[in-house]
Amino acid sequence: MKKFLFAAALCLPFGSAAAETLTVYTYDSFVSDWGPGPQIKAAFEAECDCTLEFVSAGDGAAMLARLRLEGERTEADVVLGLDNSLMETARELGIFAPLAAAPEGLALPIEWQDDTFLPYDWGYLAFVYDNTKLTEVPDSFEALALSDLSIVIQDPRSSTPGLGLVIWVKAAYGDSAPLVWEALSDNIVTVTKGWSEAYGMFLEGEADMVLSYTTSPAYHLIAEDDPTKSAASFVEGHYLQVELVAKLAGSGQQALADEFLAFVTTDAFQSVIPETNWMYPATAVDVPEAFSQMIDPAAALSPNGFTDEDRKAGIEEWVRALSQ
Amino acid sequence: MLALENLEIVQGSFRLAADMQLKPNQTTAILGPSGGGKSTLLTALAGFIEHSGDIHWQGESLRGLAPAKRPISMLFQEHNLFPHLSVAQNVGLGLRPDLKLSGEDQAKVEAALSRVGLAGKGAELPRRLSGGQRQRVALARALLRQKPIWLLDEPFAALGPGLRLEMLELVEEMRAEQGATLLLVTHAPEDAKHIAAAVVFVGAGQAYAPVPTTAFFAKPSKELRAYLGK
Amino acid sequence: MGACAKPVNRLAKPLGIAALFVVAVLVLAPVLALLSRAESGGVSAAVWPAIRFTLLQASLSAVISVALAVPLAKALARRAFFGRGLMISLLGAPFLLPSIVAVLGLLAIWGRSGAFSDLLALVGLGPLDIYGLNGVLLAHVFFNLPLATRMLLQGWQAVPAEHYRLAAQLDLAPRARFALFDAPVLRGAAPSALLVIFMLCMSSFAVVLALGGGPKASTIELAIYQALRFEFDLASAAQLAIVQLVIGLAAAALAFHFGKASRFGGGLGAPFQNWDRRRGPMLLDGAVLVLAAFFVGLPLLAILAKGLEGLTALPSGLWAAFVVSLVVALVSTVLALGLSLALARLIEISQRGGAIELFLLLLLATSPFVIGTGLFILINPFASPFALALPITALVNAALALPIMLRILRPALSRVRHDYGRLAEGLGLSGWARFRLLTFPQIRPELGFATGLAAALSMGDLGVITLFAPPDVQTLPLLMYRLMGSYQMEAAAGVALILVASSFGLFYLFDKGGRGAGA
Repeated sequence: MKKFLFAAALCLPFGSAAAETLTVYTYDSFVSDWGPGPQIKAAFEAECDCTLEFVSAGDGAAMLARLRLEGERTEADVVLGLDNSLMETARELGIFAPLAAAPEGLALPIEWQDDTFLPYDWGYLAFVYDNTKLTEVPDSFEALALSDLSIVIQDPRSSTPGLGLVIWVKAAYGDSAPLVWEALSDNIVTVTKGWSEAYGMFLEGEADMVLSYTTSPAYHLIAEDDPTKSAASFVEGHYLQVELVAKLAGSGQQALADEFLAFVTTDAFQSVIPETNWMYPATAVDVPEAFSQMIDPAAALSPNGFTDEDRKAGIEEWVRALSQ
Repeated sequence: MLALENLEIVQGSFRLAADMQLKPNQTTAILGPSGGGKSTLLTALAGFIEHSGDIHWQGESLRGLAPAKRPISMLFQEHNLFPHLSVAQNVGLGLRPDLKLSGEDQAKVEAALSRVGLAGKGAELPRRLSGGQRQRVALARALLRQKPIWLLDEPFAALGPGLRLEMLELVEEMRAEQGATLLLVTHAPEDAKHIAAAVVFVGAGQAYAPVPTTAFFAKPSKELRAYLGK
Repeated sequence: MGACAKPVNRLAKPLGIAALFVVAVLVLAPVLALLSRAESGGVSAAVWPAIRFTLLQASLSAVISVALAVPLAKALARRAFFGRGLMISLLGAPFLLPSIVAVLGLLAIWGRSGAFSDLLALVGLGPLDIYGLNGVLLAHVFFNLPLATRMLLQGWQAVPAEHYRLAAQLDLAPRARFALFDAPVLRGAAPSALLVIFMLCMSSFAVVLALGGGPKASTIELAIYQALRFEFDLASAAQLAIVQLVIGLAAAALAFHFGKASRFGGGLGAPFQNWDRRRGPMLLDGAVLVLAAFFVGLPLLAILAKGLEGLTALPSGLWAAFVVSLVVALVSTVLALGLSLALARLIEISQRGGAIELFLLLLLATSPFVIGTGLFILINPFASPFALALPITALVNAALALPIMLRILRPALSRVRHDYGRLAEGLGLSGWARFRLLTFPQIRPELGFATGLAAALSMGDLGVITLFAPPDVQTLPLLMYRLMGSYQMEAAAGVALILVASSFGLFYLFDKGGRGAGA
């Protein structure tokens, strides 16, 4: 019985008795020791006289599912980590409040205007390869499909980048997307549940390329001093993922939430992003040298108003094309 | 007095009826062909299988009594000992089923082991003992349990003739000391002649009322003659 | 009638029913909770290929695992050799690996750039391509062959040594030996092993995706995950969960129909000795043992090698995660043990024991995502699910280990009852004393194996904790996944090694404790 009490004690409600507490739902890797969470918490608490509490809930999609499950009982004041593929689905829930003020100083590759969702970072999807092994790097989906290079991708039914790839191909090829997928099918070694499995398999040498981000090589350069990873630049352009933060209409901490949203676009927040979240900051804050060596896609593919129905149709098309 | 009143045991197509009174403080042998129901009768008395009718001991019905609550100790043909418990522990179970033995209890266990000729073997595991020794351990336990009725289901069938008679004599001695009522299943007529005061014959779905041993063998019934092959 | 009273402990029935209630809540309540919150939607025809593939891969995985386990278990049962104890323990390891760790370990051997592909390249042959059904089966056999072997091995070890001596004396022909020993053992243990493996593979998901090669290899479990996570289609998730339960029920009914516990009168627990010294069978057994050692051992070695590199990069928080995992594992083991003993007793004394046993097997066919989400819906109105994260994880892990524990413990318990039940009843041995003096020592090997599995399964499980975990509490598997999610593959491999070592250590302690010094 003692053990049980011990276990119970371990999971007592966390957080302490500070004056005000702002609860922010986010994804797992954001709050890990090596993610942006700890630094951002310290920086915000230094100026707000409050407690910032991160609650991790899997990834972006899991977080949205969680908000729907919790309904009005949610403890979240702010949600950080939805992206542009989930934005319209989230908006339809009608639980988010408009931003107090229009954001200033955003530096995204595309025009951004939204009265509810505020970008805090962004990145391009790309196929990453080992530049010591690959000599002829494909410059488009067509070139990739024609080559006999092997790739590992993620399943759009369980993974955000996986879904991003489906949107990417659709945005680049429209109605011909199924043909592109059919042509790619003999290049695909396998389709994994999430990014970690795919990237792990790529590092083990199971495939020549893996679906990841243009900034992935920067991680290897900065953290491991390893210049052997590169991202392939595609002439069709690259899918742009924009990560978003928003305030809940039902939050009892409206003022504090506004304060946090304003903090998101400050240098204190933005400068932490590159080397912890390995994405581009949403403002023109300085980025590490390695980031400027990354490829700069010809076009940013980011469909406006991607809805639930678009997603279902896209996934169905993908399954059908690859099940041939 | 042990009274079996309109006892009937039905197991599938097998039936056994018994209606008799057995004298206390003596040994009754139960004799009969294999598959006749000798063991089944004992098993029913011990409370392990369903039956109709009733069993009375000293005027009290045993109906509904759990095996351990009955005034009965039973020795099986095999599996009388727990192989993972020591000899002393196996015997000690007869005093306290939770084996929380006091010093006095342990002395009693040792005494019982001496009584059956196994002094000093208390720490052994049953597998280190011979077949005869194992049954002696079971006897020592029955001794300690001090139940007035002992049921022995051919426990010595596997032993050699000399050893078997020796064991029977030991059992009879111990029974006499305790004044217990002993029912002994056997298929060897000489066992009955050796220690039993009366014989119950079991065959053809029927357990016949006890007959004094001498009379039983002097004027054998038709069934007994068939069984003895005479 | 009824002149004979069955001495049943007064507490046995209420305890058993309470345990049954807990299980019923865990199996049914989540599905009902999902249905209660379902707004619209439902299963589309697109799910049929997933159902087909699920059935195909799960059946094949079960049949192949058990078929290969037959010669292996037989060799282990009748040969004494140096390292036999270690090999039997090692067979517990694959089953305990988190799926992603196992996949990477398998790929290091069988992958396109794995050891075998490298060997093939030396003679100019192309790399192995295991992706597709082959890969899924390879992984599932890797996971479950050892489990099947252990389950069959128990059957063979229950054959009294006297029977083998008799066979040696009579110089029985192989066919006669098969009919005498092997057929009853298989009839007793194989349906059970087939069923457990079928159920485990049915809800396998990350492995199927990683090695399946594409959406052709989709399972019902993936459809459930998709419905719960992206679509938020609770109706569809609940319906899929019901489909899984129905398939599980059908499989369980089949296994029950064909499975009859084998009954050998026990010997006196004498140590086993093999009397078969013919050369042919000895060579064959040797070959089987060596092949199995390689099949199971090589991927484990790969995991070990990778993990050792990562030990230098271990993250902070490892120790805390280890303690949390260990506490959850131990609590969950205690719960699982209590539940399984109470339920085993209930099955024994209840007239509807068969139906109860069948129902309990459904736990294996229950999706962890459905349990997690369902419990979340149920708990959320009353308490913060975060605060209950660890107790719930422990309880769910216990419940998921329960059917496997019961499959292992039930035959042992009925053997004890068969051999010593009357003696114990005659002596008035009941309740705790009976457990302590008779049941526990007699079923110790099975108990050790079963609790070892429960502890290690809980240790390596990611399952429901992901839905509930507050950020400052993490288990080892969660820490590992979080590391992998942030490029830190090396540190993740180190954590994986710690995780596998501690799971295996727990399993080994329990299992070894059960087999005692005589193993």
